Amino acid sequence: MTEPIKTDALVIGAGPCGLFAVFELGLLDIKAHLVDVLDKVGGQCAELYPEKPIYDIPAVPRITGQGLTDALMAQIAPFDPTFHLGEMVETIERIGDPLFRCTTDRGTVLEAKVVVIAAGGGSFQPKRPPIKGIEDYEGSSVFYAVRKMEEFRDKRLMIVGGGDSAIDWVVNLQPVAHRITLVHRRDEFRAAPDSVNKMRALVASRTMDLIIGQVMALEGEGGALSGAVVRGNDGSTTTIPCEAMLPFFGLTMKLGPVADWGVALKDNLVVVDTERFETSVPGLFAIGDINTYPGKLKLILSGFHEGALMAQAAARYVFPEKRVVFQYTTSSTNLQKKLGVA
Amino acid sequence: MVKITFVSFTGSSSTVEAQPGATVMETAIKNGVPGIEAECGGACACATCHVYVDEAWGEIVGPPTAMEEDMLDFGYDVRPNSRLSCQIKVREELDGLVLQTPERQA
Repeated sequence: MTEPIKTDALVIGAGPCGLFAVFELGLLDIKAHLVDVLDKVGGQCAELYPEKPIYDIPAVPRITGQGLTDALMAQIAPFDPTFHLGEMVETIERIGDPLFRCTTDRGTVLEAKVVVIAAGGGSFQPKRPPIKGIEDYEGSSVFYAVRKMEEFRDKRLMIVGGGDSAIDWVVNLQPVAHRITLVHRRDEFRAAPDSVNKMRALVASRTMDLIIGQVMALEGEGGALSGAVVRGNDGSTTTIPCEAMLPFFGLTMKLGPVADWGVALKDNLVVVDTERFETSVPGLFAIGDINTYPGKLKLILSGFHEGALMAQAAARYVFPEKRVVFQYTTSSTNLQKKLGVA
Repeated sequence: MVKITFVSFTGSSSTVEAQPGATVMETAIKNGVPGIEAECGGACACATCHVYVDEAWGEIVGPPTAMEEDMLDFGYDVRPNSRLSCQIKVREELDGLVLQTPERQA
């Protein structure tokens, strides 16, 4: 077994609430590791609306999702948290009182005295395109990510979508695959213009095919794809032979493994109390959009408040012998030292 | 008060009252109209409030913006009369508007 990484607190989710939790924990000398399924920090703020302004952060009249993320990263820098990005916590096992062993889908094992679920709407996962029966082909012929390009060698490959993932893989897999058909619902692409130009050149030289339309059905047997039925915008349908498909329909949020961690849930949200923001499992906390309690508002500012109270409760587990003294960053030299400003 | 009718994939319809200034998505969610999910809460960041605008209303409602077209790429069975209902603001002229909801949101 991999040697576990030992830490005081493990924060699951590096969105705004997870990031700010690091600050509140840090003021109380609690060291934190963060795990996030995305390959970047910021959660929904960075993934769904990096450019969109947020107007309800206290004392900040207007800030973009990315701006808020950057500001939080600067704010927590003095506490030097460790990030495990592109990983999803799959299992949480309570092995002490409290002590948790958490394992990610990449095999990272972390042991933490407290765990904070700050997973927002759950984990971002590739969106399954709405094609009937596609489940039967997933993992054998239909893939949502490219792990090894060689898997597509000499195959007739259909790539679906119009964003960067779709167009980049068209360009990169073109030399590997037998032939690529790109299917997109309109003749406009969201991907970077440079990649789109490369793709257009491949189409112009008849090296690959581009079809404007939508995939309506799949054909094949026993998980082995043989073709896809594509409906053009004029309503006509054609069956395009292919052995593999890469659909890129963006990301969606799924509760994911949280449901298996033994915490009480209500309507797919984690039930917490409003004094400690602790779940039904002692030492396991939940803050931000993922939790629920009477009067809950899914606001970033609520998640910040929840993080502050959670940290006070977490300190009692991490330092059972120590009395937690409440201090202000404006006046406490002790806190200012931790922030590197004293 | 503006009235909006939502017709589901199976043909059942519900007519709700809408407040000018609100979005059609907000109106649907507030009234529990089935077939509208609005996963992102109205940020034009998903495609789960997808509707088809009834032919008679196409011109009055208008076409999607470029950003909305981008998001519609993630929708299911997108058609020329597809819109994201979070991007349609309720106006007095939309009184009587008829929208169809798709078989499923993406």
